[in-house]
Amino acid sequence: MLLIKCPFCKNRNETEFVYGGPVGANRPDPTRASDEEWVDFLTMVPNPTGPVHERWWHARGCGEWFIICRDTVTHEILETPIEKS
Amino acid sequence: MSLTLLFRLSSKEIYMQKYSLFSLARNALTGHKNWQKAWRSPPLRDEYEIIIIGAGGHGLATAYYLAKEFGITNVAVLERGWLGGGNVARNTVTVRSNYLRDQSIPFYVKSVNLYEGLTKDLNFNMMHSKRTMVDVVLNYPKMRDLRRRQLTMDIYGSTYKQITVDQVRKIIPALTGGGPESRLPIIGGMVHKDAGVNRHDAVAWGYARAADALGVEMHQQTAVTSLLRANNGGIKGVETVKGTVKAKKVIVAVSGHTTSLTETVGLRLPLRTMNLTAFVSEPIKPIVDVIVNCSDLGFYFSQSDKGELVIGGAPDSGQSFRRDIKQHIFEDTVGAMLELFPAFKKLKLLRQWGGHLDIAPDASPIMDETSVSGLYVTAGWWGGYKAIPAGGLTMAHHVATNSPHSLMQAFSYNRFKNLDYILETGTTTAR
Ligand SMILES: Cc1cc2nc3c(=O)[nH]c(=O)nc-3n(C[C@H](O)[C@H](O)[C@H](O)COP(=O)(O)OP(=O)(O)OC[C@H]3O[C@@H](n4cnc5c(N)ncnc54)[C@H](O)[C@@H]3O)c2cc1C
Ligand SMILES: [Zn+2]
Repeated sequence: MLLIKCPFCKNRNETEFVYGGPVGANRPDPTRASDEEWVDFLTMVPNPTGPVHERWWHARGCGEWFIICRDTVTHEILETPIEKS
Repeated sequence: MSLTLLFRLSSKEIYMQKYSLFSLARNALTGHKNWQKAWRSPPLRDEYEIIIIGAGGHGLATAYYLAKEFGITNVAVLERGWLGGGNVARNTVTVRSNYLRDQSIPFYVKSVNLYEGLTKDLNFNMMHSKRTMVDVVLNYPKMRDLRRRQLTMDIYGSTYKQITVDQVRKIIPALTGGGPESRLPIIGGMVHKDAGVNRHDAVAWGYARAADALGVEMHQQTAVTSLLRANNGGIKGVETVKGTVKAKKVIVAVSGHTTSLTETVGLRLPLRTMNLTAFVSEPIKPIVDVIVNCSDLGFYFSQSDKGELVIGGAPDSGQSFRRDIKQHIFEDTVGAMLELFPAFKKLKLLRQWGGHLDIAPDASPIMDETSVSGLYVTAGWWGGYKAIPAGGLTMAHHVATNSPHSLMQAFSYNRFKNLDYILETGTTTAR
């Protein structure tokens, strides 16, 4: 089980949280984006063997949504998130 | 010169020792010391017609059907670890065709049929045990959803039938929970008669042995580190820990690691990798002779020939390349099972393990040539054990004939361009 650090409640058990998916690219402006850009935004997520940014929701706690950076191989949650490209 | 060697030289096919009662008796006389190796381990050459990356179910089945159906035998299967050590040996062997979409059901019906004939086809005992699967249903929206599934399945020759609570309890006497006093009482079930279980090692070894006998080469401990592109942009081979190997066609069948490889040629795919786990109980006397599935609570199990209950639950929610199991997922699954099978609380659990699988946004596979010409992927296999025979057959067809097989045509890489999802979330453990 992960120990996830909520910005408000600090370290809490993973079971208090709901996973909100990987953080993909920023949402493009739908009025300007090409079909390819839009499809890319809807379907593509990073899938590294290593650190990945992801959203979590402290559903059984304070209700906050936040982003953590977790290693997909070691499960380690990195204190200093990697730079998002 | 021995007779076997003569046979090898005179025939294009390499001699495959036939497994039979007779060969078992004959080898017993010599203390089982003279069995032929199930496959050879030749030195790695620097070029093949086709390279298949990954000796899992899909890679090996594709190799076999390429050789058997299309006569293409200048093929190497490159495996990072040992043959059949991936998900093909880590799954819960549920073989079934109760899918939801018009594009999926015929594919899985074909796969189940091929499985039923596989022991004979490969001369390897699959220990295929056809047994009914019962979906235990605890809420009405779910029941409506499954009945809708039934109507589509009827069209394509799969079978699904609604049964009452009493019938559920008659088929599964060990199911004593879920009564009227429980928080979520059982409201009925759905019966899928075509389901079955078999022996996963036999699937990997059987395909490998039969493909080897037709001339395909197996190379274990041969991790591919990157794909190689020619100047014209097409594929030209792979880089491995044992050096460069060239091929005009390369099939990526690495379940879970697809994007790690395709990204080495700049190809992004809509896949993410997740961890799915299972565990088994101590062996007990036969108690349940069907596959029990309860997705409302989040568990399923079947009893193996050895008597162990083989139990699975939901995936770990985040992306993961791990092969272990998280404690809370294990506890949630056990808790869910005890809701319906309270007597199982006395059982000792023996082993637990996991695997990592990649999954597309619609939970359907991607079987296609990619935008890198000559580079094929068979990926996104979430519940992909049942799909191994049809997956191998149709993939081999695609690679050999340069056109997709009608059964897998829909699982194209381009479907995402039009957001043409073949949505199968919920028909497996995928959410
Ligand atoms: C716990 C669990 C339960 C499951 N239950 C079921 C079920 O009941 N029914 C069902 O239908 N499906 C089930 N599945 C899914 C099924 O196991 C997979 O979808 C299927 O096995 C994947 O295809 P495969 O056999 O080709 O994969 P694998 O056996 O994983 O083959 C891929 C191979 O590629 C190799 N590889 C990876 N990277 C490289 C590299 N760089 N170079 C060379 N080789 C490489 C790996 O070592 C591996 O051997 C389950 C999976 C799990 C984990
Ligand atoms: Zn909080």
